[in-house]
Amino acid sequence: MGDSVTTVVVGAGHAGLAASHFLRRRGIDHVVLERGQVANSWRTERWDSLRLLTPNWLSRLPGLDYDGDDPDGYMTMDEVVAFIERFAAGAPVRTGVNVTSVRRTGEGFAVGDLRCRSVVIATGACNVPVVPDFGDLGVPQVTPFGYRNPDRLPDGGVLVVGASATGVQIAAELRRAGRQVVLSVGEHTRMPRRHRGRDVLWWMHESGLWAQRYDEVEDLDRARRLPSPQLAGGADVDLNTLTEAGVELVGRLATVRDGWALFSGGLRNVCSLADLKANRMLAGFDEWAGLTGRVVLEPTRVPAKPRLRLDLGSGEIGTIVWATGFRPDHSWLQVPVLDEKGRLRHDGGVTEVPGLYALGLPVLRRRRSTFLHGIEDDARYVVDHLVRTLSGTPGRPESEAGSTLGWNGHGSGDIVSPR
Amino acid sequence: MTVTDNGVNVQALLDAREALKGAPEAARFTWRATSKWDRGVHCTTTIENFYGLGAEQSHKAKSEFAADHPEVFAAEDNGITPIEYLLVGLASCLTAGVASVAQNRGIQLRSVTAVVEGNHDIRGILGDPDVRNGYNDIKVTFDIDADASKEDIEAIVAQSQKRSAVFDALTNPTDVTVEVA
Repeated sequence: MGDSVTTVVVGAGHAGLAASHFLRRRGIDHVVLERGQVANSWRTERWDSLRLLTPNWLSRLPGLDYDGDDPDGYMTMDEVVAFIERFAAGAPVRTGVNVTSVRRTGEGFAVGDLRCRSVVIATGACNVPVVPDFGDLGVPQVTPFGYRNPDRLPDGGVLVVGASATGVQIAAELRRAGRQVVLSVGEHTRMPRRHRGRDVLWWMHESGLWAQRYDEVEDLDRARRLPSPQLAGGADVDLNTLTEAGVELVGRLATVRDGWALFSGGLRNVCSLADLKANRMLAGFDEWAGLTGRVVLEPTRVPAKPRLRLDLGSGEIGTIVWATGFRPDHSWLQVPVLDEKGRLRHDGGVTEVPGLYALGLPVLRRRRSTFLHGIEDDARYVVDHLVRTLSGTPGRPESEAGSTLGWNGHGSGDIVSPR
Repeated sequence: MTVTDNGVNVQALLDAREALKGAPEAARFTWRATSKWDRGVHCTTTIENFYGLGAEQSHKAKSEFAADHPEVFAAEDNGITPIEYLLVGLASCLTAGVASVAQNRGIQLRSVTAVVEGNHDIRGILGDPDVRNGYNDIKVTFDIDADASKEDIEAIVAQSQKRSAVFDALTNPTDVTVEVA
């Protein structure tokens, strides 16, 4: 490369492309660098049956609404890729460019050999599956990045570790395919697909809860760390439906000792916590809607004697699926904006280094930040800020609206930001 | 408006959490107990000092705990059984958690009683290889009188378990090293 441009956007997923959308509108000379193709993670790091958690009518990007004939459906990964490709039309994307370093220079930044005055990091929140290190387990293991469908797993039972969106979906699919499935359940976020006949995300959206801004969230740190909800695109998946299907629930995988997986005895409490929070969330929706008469979820049925240990060498388990979360990869960022735990320090997408921005991280500016329809407000704000900084009049753009419909925050600490 | 007072200085705890964010070393504590054999299965354990906040610390006073076994175990019953100390730890930890969480949530407690029962098949310690040595299960029943709904009380108890050191120590494996000096 060796040339220069005003702004570099790293990543051509929906977040980077949304940044490009607003940069084009503001006439800012920029490029979007993409290691693979547009929507790369959606193409290469998702399993076959995955569908978007948000219904189609909510799946919109700046200037591009869903216009298909199934507004209440949930997009397949191919459909998501096609949607994002449409959105990419006109964006100055350079594909096949893997950014391996971003450094500060006198005038701004060097992204590889490319010099620029500002950088928008839009590389995603889920770059690396988080897998605990228990040493050699003697059992084939797979992360959600490697998992495609039940047929591709070795024969035998499967220990699925993690009961957030990924874990419950994969456990359900494996069980449907006739596998024996043991699901290790730690802290999780229960969320029914529907409440009072409407998609739960309709409630999140209409109540204004999802639009709650990061500086209105009571415990932001926690909101940003919340596990993704036990939701699937179109299907009902929770621990009770899994139990009915024959999935065995065990506690959080605490450690592996002498070839035995040891599970926490705290399963009952993590289920109680999730039930209480889910019911509080639903009560909050009803309160917002002025509805009386509570709808209370069936309590999670916990086995009377959940297994506390499992012999990984017995042949019972043929594969371990690690659905234990993801983290962003900022290892290529040679600018000191990471905190002591390696997380990017930012204030609503604005880092403390002038000209360096982020998009597409959990609760970046709103609870909905990591959803397709959540990117518009975030990208508009970040680009406004970027343009002001470039023009030498830094400062906060005009204030944005807060939560639109007066969500009172009741139970809101428990609502989730998905992957 | 009445002020909630369960006697827990929640602000100090929240301040400590903030302060320790910048000083993780200070958060490393070591708790210590010294036990001396008396006779038979009777021993006395003393606790006085611990390490934390980067320095040696002392309790206001030294505490002594006698442990023995009951007469049905053919012992003299000079004190409670060691495994009962686990119940003491669990009950105290969860109760402290209930008080702290309630304080933090502005809920006034009037009374908190916890009954803890641990089911134990003693054939394990007598050598039956098919029975575990420790508890098969433990049940805690809280009776709480407070200015709060049943649901809020359940939430306090759940949060207390979530943040309990002893609940964690009992429900998750811990690496234990035993050496002869």
